[in-house]
Amino acid sequence: MSDVLSIVLKRLGLGVITLFVISVLIFGAVEMLPGDIAEAVLGMGATEENVAAMREQLGLNQPAPVRYFDWLSGAVVGDFGVSLVTQTPVGEVIGPRFANTLFLATYAAAIAVPVAIFLGVVVALLRNTLFDRVANVLALTSISSPEFFLGYILILYLSVKTGMFPAIAKISGDMTFLELLQRTFLPALTMVLVVVAHMMRMTRAAIINLLSSPYIEMARLKGMPAWRVIIKHALPNAWAPIINVVALNLAYLITGVVLVEVVFVYPGIGQLLVDSVTKRDFTVVQACCLIFAATFILLNLAADVLAILTNPRLRYKK
Amino acid sequence: MNYFVIGYYALLIGASCVAAQYGKRGAFMALFSLTLASFIMGIIGGENWLWTVTVGAGVVALAAGTAFSFREFLAIVLPREAAKAIRTAPLTASFGLFVIGTYAIAGIFAPIIAPHGEAEVIAQAFEPANEEMLLGADQLGRDMFSRLIYGARNTVGLALTATIAAFVMGAFAGMLAATIGGWFDNFMGRVADVIMSIPSLIFALLMLSIFGTNLTVLVIIVAIIYSPRVFRLTRAVAGNIVVMDYIEAAKLRGEGLWYLIRREILPNSTAPLIAEFGLEFCFVFLLVAGLSFLGLGIQPPTADWGSMVRENATLISFGEITPLIPAGAIALLTVSVNFVVDWMLYRSSGLKE
Repeated sequence: MSDVLSIVLKRLGLGVITLFVISVLIFGAVEMLPGDIAEAVLGMGATEENVAAMREQLGLNQPAPVRYFDWLSGAVVGDFGVSLVTQTPVGEVIGPRFANTLFLATYAAAIAVPVAIFLGVVVALLRNTLFDRVANVLALTSISSPEFFLGYILILYLSVKTGMFPAIAKISGDMTFLELLQRTFLPALTMVLVVVAHMMRMTRAAIINLLSSPYIEMARLKGMPAWRVIIKHALPNAWAPIINVVALNLAYLITGVVLVEVVFVYPGIGQLLVDSVTKRDFTVVQACCLIFAATFILLNLAADVLAILTNPRLRYKK
Repeated sequence: MNYFVIGYYALLIGASCVAAQYGKRGAFMALFSLTLASFIMGIIGGENWLWTVTVGAGVVALAAGTAFSFREFLAIVLPREAAKAIRTAPLTASFGLFVIGTYAIAGIFAPIIAPHGEAEVIAQAFEPANEEMLLGADQLGRDMFSRLIYGARNTVGLALTATIAAFVMGAFAGMLAATIGGWFDNFMGRVADVIMSIPSLIFALLMLSIFGTNLTVLVIIVAIIYSPRVFRLTRAVAGNIVVMDYIEAAKLRGEGLWYLIRREILPNSTAPLIAEFGLEFCFVFLLVAGLSFLGLGIQPPTADWGSMVRENATLISFGEITPLIPAGAIALLTVSVNFVVDWMLYRSSGLKE
């Protein structure tokens, strides 16, 4: 057991270091601005005095390492500084939006994960049949389509032509949960379409890989029905790769949400990031990037750790 | 009940019977389940849904026919070795080749094919299609069709440039790391890890917010984001090659690093690299299209598929499909490249076994 523990700890340590390096990168990227933030924000209207005043206000007179640690220690407790454009605290703007994004991602995941695993197993069982080929082509098509293509197709057919769901995912606090689910159905479905295809293909590959191993052959030779072979022998050994696939795709969901939010005008953190990039509101961009990157890294980390924990070969000492 | 519906079911059931008669189980199951599904769809959506199915089946049949004829055409035109490979290619792969070829022609000869200039205003905003304009006008009254053709040049060209840049950077670093080894190898590996652990779209947005939207910056950013993938693959492939005897021999001959990479390692690692190039192109293309959709890629008035979707998106709420066409063009090219790459991967893995 100590073997596993040390591997997991090593992986966690690596994750923390990666997070640290990335926070340096995100902070350092803004430092690379030609001139500095004050000049970039004031642009053409910059005079000696107001640049100096702005530098004073943003604390730009201090050396970069000091500002970095100020920024990082604030970020850890949710204080990302003040927006350069609206002058409101960034944390207040991001908080509710991040919750919205998480809601959308969870919604999509709740539909996508069961569907994808079920389809993946079915396709693996029916491999090399017409059904498998059609599913493969459809999955490739769905993976290859940009999110906004799928999104607008759904809007056209499910909203404009039939009026079943609203095209704009506007949400407010006083909605019932069901109303909320209906309002956000189309953005969730768009993400489901992309992610299901990925997960299905990966699940199929994992199951087919397993089905070619000797103990499955053995089970089949002793006359076990096909579905029992799957449930009793294949699936328990397939969990590790499947969990990995799920975690990787959740990480994708968190970032793939940016385009979907823009298509459906959903008040999430992705929309905020895009708006801030066009407005060049650097503090907000930094905060959004840090949140996205941290979520992405943590989910990847979870995938790795779970894969280590569910791998039976690592559980025993050699 | 009218002639269309009767004909529709007669055709489906007839085709299922023929499939069953000749023992094609898969085809029979597909046709017959389509028949059963049509009953339900016909009850819910009426004749319109059946029309949609018919049109869809027609499009699939047309694509399959095109793919089949194009494969025959290639098999006749190409020299013997290549023709042999083409003959065994699946229909999806030859369809992919056909689409890629079409896009290439559209992109290269854009000024000749397009009836109007890409920034030329010739009509009222959102004017519907007529004899002059195949697909109608966009939000400023420019010809959609011409812009679509020019988009093949601009959007695909940009993605191709960025992919090539990523590829050259990644492959060169990978071979260098494999040949030099030691601390350099370790260091490059860590750098690649860090870049890959940031989501690509987020990284691109961060960089674009700082350096502004400018094509050179865009190409460099995309190249940096996607080179680690190539780096890893090249390093793995080259790592297997540098331990070979002929490399040892070349080293003993006193050949330099540059010679080793260019004459010994590169020629022996082309097959997996070509497949990777296709995959990489898909990723880059989708990222670039996404960025232009967000208004951060190619800037107007240059025609570009991603921004065309966004600019004309309001038409969707009137039930028009025009904004979907550039988006569909993106999807079609990506799917086609994926089909070809799938076939190439299958071939290279099949040959190894």
